[in-house]
Amino acid sequence: MGKSQTVSFSSRESLMEESNKFLQERKRPERPTDKVVIEKLHKTYLTSSGRTVALQDVNLTIGKDEFVALVGPSGCGKSTLLRAISALIKPSKGKILIDGTPVSSPSNQVGIVFQQAVLLPWRTVLDNVLLPAEILRLNLVKARARARDLLNMVGLSGFEARYPGELSGGMQQRAAICRALIHNPSMLLMDEPFAALDALTREELGLELLRIWAAEKKTIVFVTHNISEAILLADRVVAMSPRPGRISEIISVDLPRPRALDMEFLPEFKSYSDRVRAVIGHS
Amino acid sequence: MTEQTISQIDTDIEDEVIPEGRWSIKDSIAPLLTFAVLLLIWEGCAIYLAIPTWLLPAPSEIAKAFIEWHGELWRHTLVTLWETLAGFALAIALAIPLAVLVVYSPFLRKCIYPLLLGLQSVPKVAIAPLLALWIGFGVLPKILVVFLVCFFPIVVATATGLSSVQPAVMDLIRSLSANQLQTFVKIRFPTAMPHIFVGLKIAITFAVIGAVIGEFVGAESGLGYLILASSSQARTPVAFAALVVLTIMSIVLYYAMEFIEKLAVPWAVGE
Repeated sequence: MGKSQTVSFSSRESLMEESNKFLQERKRPERPTDKVVIEKLHKTYLTSSGRTVALQDVNLTIGKDEFVALVGPSGCGKSTLLRAISALIKPSKGKILIDGTPVSSPSNQVGIVFQQAVLLPWRTVLDNVLLPAEILRLNLVKARARARDLLNMVGLSGFEARYPGELSGGMQQRAAICRALIHNPSMLLMDEPFAALDALTREELGLELLRIWAAEKKTIVFVTHNISEAILLADRVVAMSPRPGRISEIISVDLPRPRALDMEFLPEFKSYSDRVRAVIGHS
Repeated sequence: MTEQTISQIDTDIEDEVIPEGRWSIKDSIAPLLTFAVLLLIWEGCAIYLAIPTWLLPAPSEIAKAFIEWHGELWRHTLVTLWETLAGFALAIALAIPLAVLVVYSPFLRKCIYPLLLGLQSVPKVAIAPLLALWIGFGVLPKILVVFLVCFFPIVVATATGLSSVQPAVMDLIRSLSANQLQTFVKIRFPTAMPHIFVGLKIAITFAVIGAVIGEFVGAESGLGYLILASSSQARTPVAFAALVVLTIMSIVLYYAMEFIEKLAVPWAVGE
């Protein structure tokens, strides 16, 4: 573990430079082009105990290359919303547009990261990262080169030939992020990706994700129940509340980038988190 | 830098050796010794109580039978081994495709599963005479008994394995719009492999029993036939020798499966 980090250190340095350059160019455009438009979205489930409203009248527009966090207690529909965007479930009512086109089936413009790394135990780390490339029938020579670059970027160079069982939880999730990026999707959907990790690894991976985001320029929708994580990472925090699942408030986070862990001690950070906490309500 | 300091400290510390549950000579000697003592007691009882050889032969008599009859024993062993392996292979060849059909078609599952359960509930010992009646006394009815005995555990294990893909993995594969063939080859089948091996290991132990049952009903060769023939002629030591060979065959086949399992699904064995 320690070895891999020293190896990848130089590449991370250059990543930081790249990231700063990107951010200067980016300069928070006034009106970013819309990547995802969600209009009047409803989702209801029929269960044995009756009708459950998972999402009620959700309206949300996500800009291109924006980092949006969906935060809320369990049962607020944040994962349902993410699954609807990825077309893994069909909404009951309303529509979702990605790049102006209605979503009907899963698109290869989307990479998904789940709470569990769900790496296939019979494949090496490299082959796990390559899985989407194989399924999408991409050029495997190019994909292999990209996989190595991605693994290097997350500090996993040297682990290509290892099996997932030999990796720590944090390393597995890093590999899962590489897998989600291998086919170079324009959007990354992350469903509580760091929730199963310990607090330190979680913070480390959060910052790593920001570096990747800066280098790779993706629209990221990040589901979490951790308010600090949401504020630290996102441009906007979409606060959701349960029963029925709906958006309570959308809060723009105007903390400077690149973000750092010690920003949590800023008074602004505290006021953001108080506000999120107040709107999502703990019922 | 920190690593260096740590390694310097390390050299001053005497490492405690944590036992890892590794194989040791001591572990394997204990059961062997127990076995040897039991054999000696058996030998002693046979001599001291003057038990007639046709009733219960002493271990030394069985050993003698081994030496005198080794040619015959070997010939019959090959027959039983062939029946066992052929029936086992036939069961694999038919059970795995059937399990795939059952998993992919809910309609077939509804049609076939109750039938399979019924088939499994029929005592195979009771089918063996019918098979002999229909196909005669050759090797084929024995192979069929082995097949019947092995079939069910392999179907169930394979079907279970094919349906045990984690929901998150299915989501991942659906998000990539993978087709059915890709899903099967890249996800479902490898996921099922460890389960299939559980079924195969159960089936292989049944297989030897199946072959012997087949031979008991009516045969001209095989270890089951040899046991039946020798005991009816009061050549009990030979029957015992055949029994020992059967036991060894069972054990060897089981460990062979375990060995193949280790090669085929190394990711599942270590855990």
